[in-house]
Amino acid sequence: MRHTLSKLLGPISAVLVILTIWLGLFVTPPDVDQGELVRLVYIHPALAVEALYASVGMAALCSALYLWPRTRSMRMDRLAASAIEVGVVFNILTLVTGSIWGRPTWGVWWTWDARLTSTALLLVLSLGYLALRRVPAEPHVRARRCAIAAIVAAVNVPIIHFSVVWWQTLHQGCTAICPGLTYKIHGSMGWTLLLSFVAFTTCFAWMVVSRYRIDVLRDSGHDGALDDALEARRSEGVPS
Amino acid sequence: MLRDALLVAGRDLRIEARSKVALWQVVPFSVLAMILFTFALGPNPAALTVSAPGFFWIALLFASILATQRSLSIEGSQATRESTRLLGLDPAGVFLGKVGALVAELVVIETILVGGTVLLYHVAFRNWLLLVASCALAAIGLASASVLYGSLAGGDRVRSTLLPILVLPVVAPVLIAGSRAFVAAIGSSGDGGRWVAVLAVFAIVYSVLGIVLYGPMEEI
Repeated sequence: MRHTLSKLLGPISAVLVILTIWLGLFVTPPDVDQGELVRLVYIHPALAVEALYASVGMAALCSALYLWPRTRSMRMDRLAASAIEVGVVFNILTLVTGSIWGRPTWGVWWTWDARLTSTALLLVLSLGYLALRRVPAEPHVRARRCAIAAIVAAVNVPIIHFSVVWWQTLHQGCTAICPGLTYKIHGSMGWTLLLSFVAFTTCFAWMVVSRYRIDVLRDSGHDGALDDALEARRSEGVPS
Repeated sequence: MLRDALLVAGRDLRIEARSKVALWQVVPFSVLAMILFTFALGPNPAALTVSAPGFFWIALLFASILATQRSLSIEGSQATRESTRLLGLDPAGVFLGKVGALVAELVVIETILVGGTVLLYHVAFRNWLLLVASCALAAIGLASASVLYGSLAGGDRVRSTLLPILVLPVVAPVLIAGSRAFVAAIGSSGDGGRWVAVLAVFAIVYSVLGIVLYGPMEEI
């Protein structure tokens, strides 16, 4: 079932991402103010949404479910770890595409803006989470430690989200859906932007499912190796 | 819970008073950091005074990492943890006790560092109340976040390298708000109250997180 999901999500996300790139590069018009630079808007916000909300949200939810005794399962731990790991990739891409946009717009590759800084901090927190996962420990001990770390890291997300509201920053405010469900972007540009969110969400889901499968296979490989070793050891004691 | 907290804090502080690790290792380290910052900038009194808030808080953050590692090494072995559990102590009380002891140590380090900024960086404070409030709240926030993450970081061997990676990004708001409050205490700006409020929110959030999560963590 999961393998089928992974097989389906891969091609779907590839088609959607290619479609987004084609619409963003060749169909949508340049912006009145930003010119061709606006085309980054079809990648950057969608990447940021996956890095900040999908990744950390999913990790925090799965971690909370792991800590809750009734829903405790290693599946939750693996899902949280997969979400954070894929989130790191999206976070790096968010920072890179943001820098590419910032250089011609703000005149610098990096500025100490509140949202940029808090996003970079989230990246470091995620790397800390991944480092914590590599600390040798019993699987359930590691899972519990990492679940707590993920929940504590999630505290950073509201700070990032509201940073452009709380502080005077260079980073622009909402682009697509603003308070009161008003839109600031229309026509083919608006549809392409919405498609980019769907495309990168599908891509994120595919990567998480694939990462999860790798974890399952690796763990089952360990279990199998242990069983094989035990069987071999037992057979040594059996007189032939 | 408070009784357990006092018990654990008393134990930690007694061990510290006997071993004097904070006095002979952590405090000299923080003073050394302040002196090294001076070497980096050169003997320029104006530049040192401007940079003093940042230097003070960075020296404190680094010292807090050392103090946390020392504090958690007391609970380091599995046998010690199991003994604490067998005593039936409330995990929230254990957390608060460790935080309390660490806050006491950090306040001592802060006092020495404030003296260092006056002597070495020629800083003159105008609003002592603001400085005391920001230092006290920062100590509570730093201690809560450090104990929480330090307990996550596992054994002594791993903790020494993992703890800074886990804690320093989390305590960045303390560095920002503390530096701004420090600047306001010198008299260079007038919005110190807002930054003290940020420090208070940080201290409350991480204290509550620690009280709630320390129990599940120690079930390990």
